[in-house]
Amino acid sequence: MDNNKTTTKIQELTYELKVEEVMCTDVETVGPKMPVSQLRDVLYNKRISGVPVVNDNELVGIVSIEDFIKCLEQEEMNALVEDKMTKNIKTLYADEPLVHAIMKFEKYGFGRFPVISRKDKKLVGIITKSDIIKGILKKLESVYHDEEERRYRASHIFNDIIADEVFLKFQYFVEGKNFDKAGEASTGLKKTLYRLGLSPDIIRRAAISTYEAEINIVAYTDGGEITAYIDPHQIKIIITDKGPGIPDVEKALQPGFSTAPGWVRELGFGAGMGLPNIKKFTDKMTLRSTVEKGTHLEIIIKLSDYRIED
Amino acid sequence: MKLIEIKKILEAEVLTGEYNPETEIEIGCSSDLMSEILAFGKPGSILLTSLTNIQVINTANVSDIKVVCFVMGKIPDENIINLARKNDVIVFITKLTTFESCGRLYKNGLKSCSYFDLDK
Repeated sequence: MDNNKTTTKIQELTYELKVEEVMCTDVETVGPKMPVSQLRDVLYNKRISGVPVVNDNELVGIVSIEDFIKCLEQEEMNALVEDKMTKNIKTLYADEPLVHAIMKFEKYGFGRFPVISRKDKKLVGIITKSDIIKGILKKLESVYHDEEERRYRASHIFNDIIADEVFLKFQYFVEGKNFDKAGEASTGLKKTLYRLGLSPDIIRRAAISTYEAEINIVAYTDGGEITAYIDPHQIKIIITDKGPGIPDVEKALQPGFSTAPGWVRELGFGAGMGLPNIKKFTDKMTLRSTVEKGTHLEIIIKLSDYRIED
Repeated sequence: MKLIEIKKILEAEVLTGEYNPETEIEIGCSSDLMSEILAFGKPGSILLTSLTNIQVINTANVSDIKVVCFVMGKIPDENIINLARKNDVIVFITKLTTFESCGRLYKNGLKSCSYFDLDK
């Protein structure tokens, strides 16, 4: 399971990372008129196995240690680089995702690819398989570091604060009748709970039930508030509005019962599932409503599996 | 089922840019009623819908649904795509009908979200 996760993360990184982020920019180059005999010093001194050939800033070929060995065997050390180099070269663009580079390495079996800029086709770097591995490891390290730091910042808060009782309060204001903004409060709360290091299942249950409640505020009222209180044992979310209130609370809780107007139904809600859904995903739900005064919905999700990490 | 296979089966186009074709999707669900998705959708699944508004993305986001595919050639507007990108939801579009999209995926072995509920 963990192994699968890592593989996926690395695959993700190969899409996120660009060739230019991992390539080597300090590129050794040689001119086309250089005799092959001088190539030895370049390859040996720099401990590289191939070098791009550049003429007037333009990439014209690539010459490798294999070319050098062939010349050595055939005693052609005085030949010019331009006669022995590979001319029909495969290159990568600096802004391509790393996965393209990996595919090209697999396809052609070369040891390196010159990297050129998409704009002016000039040589900007060179990439080898070891650059790719180094680049991915470096990125993984920084991803891991960020994750660690975020987890530390958030999930230790209950341990770091000294008090007999600690709770965190997050408040969100919800506009009535504005469907473009509906969902902002619950997706915001979801991100916040994630930062606190709660388990994905708990976060999902809290996010779905808050979202349903938020949709209700937007669909039926002129606005309201969502307040979440989090302590080491539970999440309590209180959703309030200032009316019009629910005339028959019992009926409103029945699956399928809805008083939603057409425009709410067109948006994919109002099927009489909101309150039953909230009930399904929470450990406790209390609904109080007074016509013309407003509705007060309180939900609790227990954090029995919430472990504060040491 | 790998996301790349789903894309092929649905003859779909991706609107959210680069995505990982190796992503494993096990479960599919389909509805134009977002409350149904909230009730029965499963984390990591694909949602097929012909409803195109911003709440589809919010529904996917709070339910941990990875991929939304808009069917019947419906093209979501820019706000929807931007919100999806912001929340790491992958958006596909296909010209196939809801029925055919679901049918093709089910025939190729993608499980239904209710399958797991019945199993419990």
